[in-house]
Amino acid sequence: MIAEIVGEFLVLFGTIFYFLSSLGLIRMPDVYNRMQTATKSATLGSLGVIIGVGIWAIGYVGSYAWLPKTLVIAVFLLLTNPISAHALIRAAYKSGIPLWEGSIVDKYGEYLKKEKEASEETKEGEQ
Amino acid sequence: MEEASRISRYLYTVIVLFVIWLFLTSSLDPQELIIGALFSLIVAALTYEVFTEKGLANLHPKRIAYAVAYVPYFLWAMIMANLDVAYRVLHPKRPINPGIVECKTVLRNNVGKLTLANSITLTPGTITLDVKGDRYFIHWIDVKDATVEGASENITKPFEKFLKVIFE
Repeated sequence: MIAEIVGEFLVLFGTIFYFLSSLGLIRMPDVYNRMQTATKSATLGSLGVIIGVGIWAIGYVGSYAWLPKTLVIAVFLLLTNPISAHALIRAAYKSGIPLWEGSIVDKYGEYLKKEKEASEETKEGEQ
Repeated sequence: MEEASRISRYLYTVIVLFVIWLFLTSSLDPQELIIGALFSLIVAALTYEVFTEKGLANLHPKRIAYAVAYVPYFLWAMIMANLDVAYRVLHPKRPINPGIVECKTVLRNNVGKLTLANSITLTPGTITLDVKGDRYFIHWIDVKDATVEGASENITKPFEKFLKVIFE
């Protein structure tokens, strides 16, 4: 009984964050800020829904076999989701998508420029 | 950091694989346990070289205690991150102030750096863009301090005190 209520609450909690995540995709101005909402809320939403289903099954199906499996899935999601987000945002930067005009600093751009100049200088020095 | 002996690395891989098998089958039937142990021995023999550098030293009690303490700390930070995102998405004026800042880390170990990058991605308003050596380039949704020291203070410091013990 309690397990059922906790599970239902967790699934509801997760779906709310799914909703916020997709709303963030619409409201944010550029790809970088969209990645922020998409990764964070989607990860926590998935955690809530997946573990919630495992706990719900204890009360509803009466089976404890679901919870360990859902825990494994949740841990794998938690470990892999940020890596995919990192790969996507880095690929976006490398393919030249500009930052939003309201952005304040771009240390990464400065760093890449400096490195490029340094490599050009060494090339000239070699010749 | 020098590598641990091959046997200790192999045993550590076996233990990790076997624990994952236990969770996946979620049964303690002796038949399942034997097959699981066999398969973890085989898979570990094939993969231990890429899996770990320190072997059984990872199972030091102090490291495990810090790792266990890190889980609720991290989950709490993650929930705060999501409430923060919810606030920014739902607020009619969309209060964002983004930028890419640079941070420095004291971690030397690759797995530690990976965990720090993952933790940064999942906590309030930050997402890791690139890592070069000990420099992290981080997209921050609400830049409070654009200098290297200030950003490190705000972003990486809270996690480093745990990760230093767990991975170094």
